Amino acid sequence: MNTTPKLVATPGQTIGPFYGYALPYEKDSELLAPGSPGSIRLQGTIYDGAGEPIPDAILEIWQPDAEGNIVSRTGSLVRDGYTFTGWGRSSSGYTGVYTFTTVNPGPTEPGAAPFISVVLFARGLTNRLFTRVYLPENEEALACDPLLGSLDPERRKTLIARRDPDGGLTWDIRLQGERETVFLDFQ
Amino acid sequence: MPQEGNQLGTDELVPHAEPHAGHLPPDRAIETQADLSAEINAMRDAYSRGLKDGAPGETQPRLDYPPYRSSILRHPTKSLHHADPETIELHSPAFGHQDVHALESDLTIQHNGEPQGERIIVAGRVLDGDGRPVAGQLVEIWQANAAGRYIHKRDQHPAPLDPNFTGVGRCITGPDGSYRFTTIKPGAYPWKNHLNAWRPAHIHFSMFGSEFTQRIVTQMYFPGDQLFPLDPIYQSIIDQDARDRLVATYDHDLTQPEWALGYTWDIILTGSKRTWTENEALGAAGDEE
Repeated sequence: MNTTPKLVATPGQTIGPFYGYALPYEKDSELLAPGSPGSIRLQGTIYDGAGEPIPDAILEIWQPDAEGNIVSRTGSLVRDGYTFTGWGRSSSGYTGVYTFTTVNPGPTEPGAAPFISVVLFARGLTNRLFTRVYLPENEEALACDPLLGSLDPERRKTLIARRDPDGGLTWDIRLQGERETVFLDFQ
Repeated sequence: MPQEGNQLGTDELVPHAEPHAGHLPPDRAIETQADLSAEINAMRDAYSRGLKDGAPGETQPRLDYPPYRSSILRHPTKSLHHADPETIELHSPAFGHQDVHALESDLTIQHNGEPQGERIIVAGRVLDGDGRPVAGQLVEIWQANAAGRYIHKRDQHPAPLDPNFTGVGRCITGPDGSYRFTTIKPGAYPWKNHLNAWRPAHIHFSMFGSEFTQRIVTQMYFPGDQLFPLDPIYQSIIDQDARDRLVATYDHDLTQPEWALGYTWDIILTGSKRTWTENEALGAAGDEE
């Protein structure tokens, strides 16, 4: 079976700075209502190569629910406050910080290391960047993860979030520099 | 960041004087279009020479494309790391008619009166790498008005705002992967990459696809634009054939008599190469019957 696509993909382009009326919307970053049972905060800062926060980026996440189920429910754009759709969007604010209200993702296969899929867009970024953020717990599962296992230890750290005292997750993104985040190519 | 009234207020979260918010340092402003064009042309010539020497063609924009100055500190310096997509990445979020109102695909009826400018219809299909329609997926667009101005606090271009045009639309693709918007042809507008920098007219498109790895945001351009060779964002796709894929085709069959000009533009989404398995092939064939 030929697995090479017959048609060539349309090229990407930057989102530019002026997406403000189009992409952000009410409750875009609330996969669950803040404060609801099981909800956590996922937050972080997006930095450029000079170590400056990027205020005009957009991050999207896509993840399974706490049990590891992949949901396919509509209602991400018009949130009812109850339905978990697994998808959210957060613009970075004045200080380059993004914030989501979500749940800890569960493993999609037994023993797999849970992670949240991430895609980053920004002014100055000519095409989107894919990455993943892993939960810090369960060393054994992390050690067996195929992607993490293919990275050297220093780079591997860039994909693992920090657990906050309030139960949330903090994960920063660095587009360049010593601790440059690992970005992914699926082709 | 989600805030009250986010739909209309997010732009206020970015202060005017923010040094990284589109206002380049003054020393950059002395660079002329001739300076930038020399850089653009040199990179393009080097690419052509490479192709002749057997280097692979490029189908996507270069992340490291210095003529687009804002990219200098915002491109990864390490190669993208190859990953095999895992379960979650082989699915995508679901959107439906609950999420998008049918009228959101007409950008000319969002206010009390008719927007100024040239009314157009933009339509096409969203397909995967095997030419199969990508149905039931969200397409979002945003654009400047006919005078080349966005409704955005940081867009200080002294062109008129249009009270009857916000420049935002959404739709869900049909069973055949089709999308269709009625809008106004956007104007070219100046930006601060260098002195006398102007962007070709364009409409921003955002598509999801049927797996997460297909997620794409891009820009659709209009045929015959004189600004193409001068624009570092368009030219960041260094291969001519690849660049041409972002240019819509004027379509007289889509044009509506005494109403609107029509442009056709198809979008191809390819994510991982795991787009077609034996089982999927059988499933797709089954769907067609």
